[in-house]
Amino acid sequence: MSAISREEVAHLAMLARIDLAPAELDRLAGQLGAILDSVATVQQVAGEDVPATSHPMPLTNVTRPDEPRPCLKADEALSGAPEKEQQRFRVPRILQED
Amino acid sequence: MTTTANGPGTLDEVLDYDTATAAFDPVMGLEVHVELNTVTKMFCGCPTEFGAEPNTQVCPVCLGLPGALPVLNRAGLESAVRIGLALNCRIAPLCRFARKNYFYPDMPKNFQTSQYDEPIAHDGWLDVELSDGEVYRVAIERAHMEEDTGKSLHVGGSTGRIHGADYSLVDYNRAGIPLIEIVTKPLTGAGERAPEVAKAYVSSLRDLLKGLGVSDVKMEQGSLRCDVNLSLRSRQDDDQMSVPLGTRSETKNVNSLRSIERAVRYEIKRHAARLRTGQKIVQETRHWHEDTGITTSGREKSDAEDYRYFPEPDLVPMQSDPEWVDSLRATIPEPPAERRRRLRAEWGFSEAELRDLINAGAVDLVAATIEAGATPAAARKWWSGELARQAKARGVDLCDLPITCEQVVELQGMVDAGRLTDTLARQVLDGVLAEEGGPEKVAAARGLSVVSDDSALGAAVDRAIEANPAVVKKILSGKTAATGALIGAVMRDMRGKADAARVKDLVLKRLVPQEGETDL
Ligand SMILES: [Zn+2]
Repeated sequence: MSAISREEVAHLAMLARIDLAPAELDRLAGQLGAILDSVATVQQVAGEDVPATSHPMPLTNVTRPDEPRPCLKADEALSGAPEKEQQRFRVPRILQED
Repeated sequence: MTTTANGPGTLDEVLDYDTATAAFDPVMGLEVHVELNTVTKMFCGCPTEFGAEPNTQVCPVCLGLPGALPVLNRAGLESAVRIGLALNCRIAPLCRFARKNYFYPDMPKNFQTSQYDEPIAHDGWLDVELSDGEVYRVAIERAHMEEDTGKSLHVGGSTGRIHGADYSLVDYNRAGIPLIEIVTKPLTGAGERAPEVAKAYVSSLRDLLKGLGVSDVKMEQGSLRCDVNLSLRSRQDDDQMSVPLGTRSETKNVNSLRSIERAVRYEIKRHAARLRTGQKIVQETRHWHEDTGITTSGREKSDAEDYRYFPEPDLVPMQSDPEWVDSLRATIPEPPAERRRRLRAEWGFSEAELRDLINAGAVDLVAATIEAGATPAAARKWWSGELARQAKARGVDLCDLPITCEQVVELQGMVDAGRLTDTLARQVLDGVLAEEGGPEKVAAARGLSVVSDDSALGAAVDRAIEANPAVVKKILSGKTAATGALIGAVMRDMRGKADAARVKDLVLKRLVPQEGETDL
């Protein structure tokens, strides 16, 4: 009993730029469906008296003063980059975009 | 109907502007992104300085490294609320950030932290004055907080555009700099003046943001950027509200006031040409070309713009306590347009005179100089005259000249007391700007003051008469215009430290003795 269709999984994969084979679409639709079913169960438990919430902690207005803190050095920042050039991250060109 | 080039191999037809606006009514939406001038980024402590070496103002938070947690910059939040208040918006009592998910290398986190259905400020307006004094009220839909993206350099293509690029190089110094996005409601009723309204709105918004001190608002550096949405509806229908808004196009990154006006005008002509011939308007983003004054097709709006917004779990909600909002409201300056109207009336300047001061960035300096005791005319004379010239020669802003408004008042006081001529006053000013001290000190040190001792002046006049017999002859034969030559000789003799009117008096008295007057 899958709550998510194969087409929806394909759409999400496109948005996330992940190339999925047809077999993977079927498998993931099943797995994601199971996760959504579990969440649906939790939703059934929440009654009218439980408001929707985005954050588990009753916190608001956590801010910091506008004061600079140390940055990474450029070589540290770039240390995890598969490719770099001119002290910048080198990335493949993006197709079919402006 | 004419055509203009639109990229390789395609041509866009455009309709004559008057015909277009006679047949159609433009509906505009303007989106302005303003970079705040906070010292640090929106969610981390990295500095926001413009022009730093690539990837030197980055940290785990703005690079989206695993485990890094953002914390909201209090100054960014306050600026957002102040902008909202200045735009007459309602401030949301409770609001959240949202993740705008998209996969593009300019955002290393794969989402932009933004606001979605709960903007911090909404439903406001800004009155915009057009060149003839007509006021158009721009309705504001929302102003929300978000963060800027990194900067990509496309390598291998011809012009830095992504088409034909082999790869891109990304600098994340800009990623995470606080942005406020200000979105208008669909603006209708401006008719053929729509391009003018668009320009005036962005110009007024820029003044307002400058007045609030929340941004550098430098369009050429990208700290203020504008996207123009445009659609047309038919004028033929009696009940315009029943006509659905046409499909809109979104022209991105129109980044000068002049370009905004031109881009709106061009899009009206292009849409009209298509609608006239029964063609559809494609919902798409378009690129503005400053050099040719046209837009070209970018990408079509598609499923790819499905951002799957959801509340940002790493940032807690913001609650606006009314007292806090009131304390911020107290810091909102008088709206620029109202202040201009008030000052112009108070100072008795013409529109043109005031506009010159505005363009020179001198309004606040003139106001402070008047406050310090100068007359409006004197304050304007110095700041839009000699001081403007000096600032230009030095390549600095007026406010960065090493002179205070009090010193300008002091200098003018010396002129008013007859102790300095305008020429001498300019020499004193040179000394002040050379940081030799205040006007009194410079005048004393450089020995600059009008010689009011008539015996010294008289002696100089005598010397001039003696040295210029030919001139004297002319004057005696009735050619009084020749007096100028003698006055010039005396002024040179006195090294400019004489009042020319007084010298003229003395010369004429010497050569043409008046009845009842004794010789000096
Ligand atoms: Zn950072």
